[in-house]
Amino acid sequence: MTYLKLFWAFFQIGAFSFGGGYAAMPLIKQQVITTYHWLTMNDFTDLITISQMTPGPIAINSATFVGNQIAGIPGAFFATIGCILPSCVFVTFLSWAYNRYKNLSILQDILESLRPAVVSMIAVAGIDILLPAVFPSGSISFLSDQIKLRPVLYFAAAVFLLRKKKKDPILVMVLCGIAEIVVQLIAPGV
Amino acid sequence: MNKKILSNIFLSTLYLSSFTFGGGYVIVTLLKKKFVDELHWIDQQEMLDLVAIAQSSPGAIAVNGAIVVGYKLAGLPGVFCAVLGAVIPPFVILTVISFFYTAFKENLMIQAMLNGMKAGVGAVILSVVYDMGGDVVKEKDPLLIILMAASFIAAYFYHVNVIFIILTAALAGVCKTIIRKLRNEA
Repeated sequence: MTYLKLFWAFFQIGAFSFGGGYAAMPLIKQQVITTYHWLTMNDFTDLITISQMTPGPIAINSATFVGNQIAGIPGAFFATIGCILPSCVFVTFLSWAYNRYKNLSILQDILESLRPAVVSMIAVAGIDILLPAVFPSGSISFLSDQIKLRPVLYFAAAVFLLRKKKKDPILVMVLCGIAEIVVQLIAPGV
Repeated sequence: MNKKILSNIFLSTLYLSSFTFGGGYVIVTLLKKKFVDELHWIDQQEMLDLVAIAQSSPGAIAVNGAIVVGYKLAGLPGVFCAVLGAVIPPFVILTVISFFYTAFKENLMIQAMLNGMKAGVGAVILSVVYDMGGDVVKEKDPLLIILMAASFIAAYFYHVNVIFIILTAALAGVCKTIIRKLRNEA
């Protein structure tokens, strides 16, 4: 039953993530946290972080990770199969249709109106990762004991390095991690 | 000969999937380099169309890119070899990480590293959103901007299921296509 649930959850992720890369993230969150409660938000954030630092698509990485956490390697197998099956069917069909008709215009029209929705959903997923780091209590408040200043500094530094200095995203994330390690070494438990 | 093509497809996607950081678009570019520029098995124009298929289909672009190339070169057996090659590396890597994650989650230094990285990940994601959102705004199409705002409100404030948002946006795209076709005919 668990295998079937893993398969079905990741089948939906594979079938509805348009636009590649981060587009799968809101769907993964929906299935893995909201619908099935397989991961906590904290685990999910770690998973996204790990996915950034390893090769391979976020969706496949997540399927393997969540499957392993829930039901071992067979779980990872069923989740991954579920994740790639929609692609295999859909893309093979399109490749076949393309060979026959050589026309893609309708598909690209649909994709064009999907893009703004996908951008917004990625934004929401990004905000949901950032806010808990800054406001550990879960609600947005500007009282000094409710807000963690360090993540705000890391965020500002990361934005500066990414946008102004055009640094590599993996490097920027690792620097944020190292900064926090240094802080914890100097003053444990801050 | 056929066997040689299949093993070439498998090894190429396996290699690219193991060593390519930075997402599906990078892998698609490298597939083009390999099969168009190096081996000359696919011509340039056709590759552009195949990439368009890979990018406009649901699912991971790296996997979709592997499928279109596999299908073009060797039909269904090609698809099978390409997908297998593309999936094995992340499967193995994440299985190993998942195993250690459970063991290391309690380690204070690893916790500090992951905690510090959260703000960095947030910055990386929002930076991507800024670029993608900017591209949408540049199109100067009010429908697209309304779709973007409405999806954000629905997802953030009303927690609407993302699948529902995607289907609604797709439907808007279909309507737009139909309206334009009707206008052109009139």
